Amino acid sequence: MPVHHLEETFQQTVDAEIKIEAKDWMPEAYRKTNLRQISQHAHSEVVGMLPEGNWITRAPSLKRKAILIAKVQDEAGHGLYLYSAAETLGMSRDQMIADLHSGKAKYSSIFNYPTLTWADMGAIGWLVDGAAILNQVMLCRTSYGPYARAMVRICKEESFHQRQGFEALLVLSKGTQEQRAMCQDAINRWWWPSLMMFGPRDSESTNSDQSMKWKIKRKTNDELRQNFVDMIAQQVKLLGMTLPDPDLKWNEARGHYDFGEINWDEFWNVVKGNGPCNRQRLQARINAHEEGAWVREAAVAYAQKQSAKQKKVA
Amino acid sequence: MNTQSNLPVSYILYLADNNLILAQRNSEWCGHGPILEQDIAITNITLDLIGQARMLYQLAADILNQQNGNQEATEDTLAYLRDERAFSNVLMVELPKGNWGFTVLRQYLFSEFQYLLYKHLSADATLSAIAIKSLKEVTYHVQWSREWVLRLGDGTSESHQKMMDAVQDIWMYTGELFDAAPFEDAPVLQQIQTVWQQRIAETFEEATLTIPENVFIQKGGKNGIHTEHLGYMLAEMQYLQRMYPNATW
Amino acid sequence: MQCSIRKFYYGDIPEEQGGGAAPSESMNEHGWPLWEVFIRSKQGLDHKHAGSLHAADARMAIENARDVYTRRQEGISIWVVESKNIHASDPGDAESLFEPAADKIYRHPTFYDLPDEVKHM
Repeated sequence: MPVHHLEETFQQTVDAEIKIEAKDWMPEAYRKTNLRQISQHAHSEVVGMLPEGNWITRAPSLKRKAILIAKVQDEAGHGLYLYSAAETLGMSRDQMIADLHSGKAKYSSIFNYPTLTWADMGAIGWLVDGAAILNQVMLCRTSYGPYARAMVRICKEESFHQRQGFEALLVLSKGTQEQRAMCQDAINRWWWPSLMMFGPRDSESTNSDQSMKWKIKRKTNDELRQNFVDMIAQQVKLLGMTLPDPDLKWNEARGHYDFGEINWDEFWNVVKGNGPCNRQRLQARINAHEEGAWVREAAVAYAQKQSAKQKKVA
Repeated sequence: MNTQSNLPVSYILYLADNNLILAQRNSEWCGHGPILEQDIAITNITLDLIGQARMLYQLAADILNQQNGNQEATEDTLAYLRDERAFSNVLMVELPKGNWGFTVLRQYLFSEFQYLLYKHLSADATLSAIAIKSLKEVTYHVQWSREWVLRLGDGTSESHQKMMDAVQDIWMYTGELFDAAPFEDAPVLQQIQTVWQQRIAETFEEATLTIPENVFIQKGGKNGIHTEHLGYMLAEMQYLQRMYPNATW
Repeated sequence: MQCSIRKFYYGDIPEEQGGGAAPSESMNEHGWPLWEVFIRSKQGLDHKHAGSLHAADARMAIENARDVYTRRQEGISIWVVESKNIHASDPGDAESLFEPAADKIYRHPTFYDLPDEVKHM
């Protein structure tokens, strides 16, 4: 069949809301876009373990320690599900990890900000996971089957992440003066980077449509960002805290909150590697991988020895 | 709760401290494991150990509060507000996490001990519920860590050498497990030691590792005489509770 | 300059924005093979495909599956099979494989009209 026919059939399948599966024909650009997006999503989960992992040994109670460990562990699981989904598109996990380590592949910039106080654990759960969840809920309906299934599993597991974050902040907000200050400070530092997680404004994109047309993505950056602002602007009241944006106010006509301008210069700088923790995060991943090399090799050698022994017996 | 048992609180705290301190060490792997699958595996063990520590601290707190006629002790006051000298964990669990080989070897040696101990405690009036629940978890820890000892011991020549080094580093701390403190039952420990030694010897043989001989035994943890490592670990672990007294988290 | 690039999303930063080194050649290091995991969620149900993972051998694959895919009591039994051992039908054959079943409507109970008096059959 000529390619343009295949493309037509492909688009019809997508339009009919039928999922694309790994072995189906797909345009090369569709495969590449998915591979890039899924692997970057996977990298984000794995690098995202680091800022929170930073507080595991210092969690202020045994309960909080257990919750935090379980949450960071979930992120490892989510990274794993996503790498598996990406592998169906023909790239090995080793290759994806190599691309992360060489700097070719990216991960979400949010994880290049430092976690400075315990309240950051709450703020990350509430704001960062809250922003991520909006994206992920949308991605549960993405057109590529393996990605959609991974996202369904992830969304199920993530539902506790945002709740535990908000609850941790709620406790701080009802605590001592120092705790309340810690809570407000964390919100101040994580608010703008969370808004940046949705990416550039719709008006600044040149080919926004292809991902929408292929139903990889189903809402625009600005739509999702607005959903997020509307949700958080309400929830912050329950904490008795404020968001660090003097322009934030309810717009009756739009039925949404208006909010101030993101610092795009900072955004691009962090993307390009100039965030406060870019080098540190990447180095931590590289170290873990390199220090684990002898372990992975030994396991393979042992497995080979065992299977050779079994063959001998048989 | 059945308080008929004659187990002293110091013994329950000893069990709890072992779990917490090892969990604290293992938790350092979270996000830094050799491969995602194993990062998740060691973290599961960490969570089991924290769970066990919490049950034991809660039990100890209940008994202490009964004794003192107040409600001052909680799992967190016991974990976060005692000093180095009050912790009675064995030295083995506070040693730095080392490389993956050291971590899995320590886990294996300790889990085999815990397995036998919990089996014994399953019949204890006070501890049976905790012991029976924990035994299921520890059975898996033994299996998982034993397989890793085999893989690395009998893997590549590099991994074999690293495991031999790990054995050298840790062996002098193993005897402390069986050196009975006043709060322990010496004959029981002796029985456990005999079985433990057999099981370790079998595994080491299969893993092509050798057990060092004539090693001087390092001890002191049960009396609160620790290595220098514990102080740093507690300083990090306890700092928020110490910095903001009486705050709720 | 920067703003002329295409839109990108959470976890989706275009390659041209990546910087860093060129893509590395395909590498196989000492990679652990890929395994497919099937989980029985409760007694009486089939094992169902849960996902995949990497492991050095079958034992490890089962343990990894336990640690990765049953953290929330999702299973009581696990199967693993190395992915390379799974043979799949070709989507290109879908028409000849599956469409011929479409017109065999007499295989379905609803094809048959029975008097209302026959309540359950």
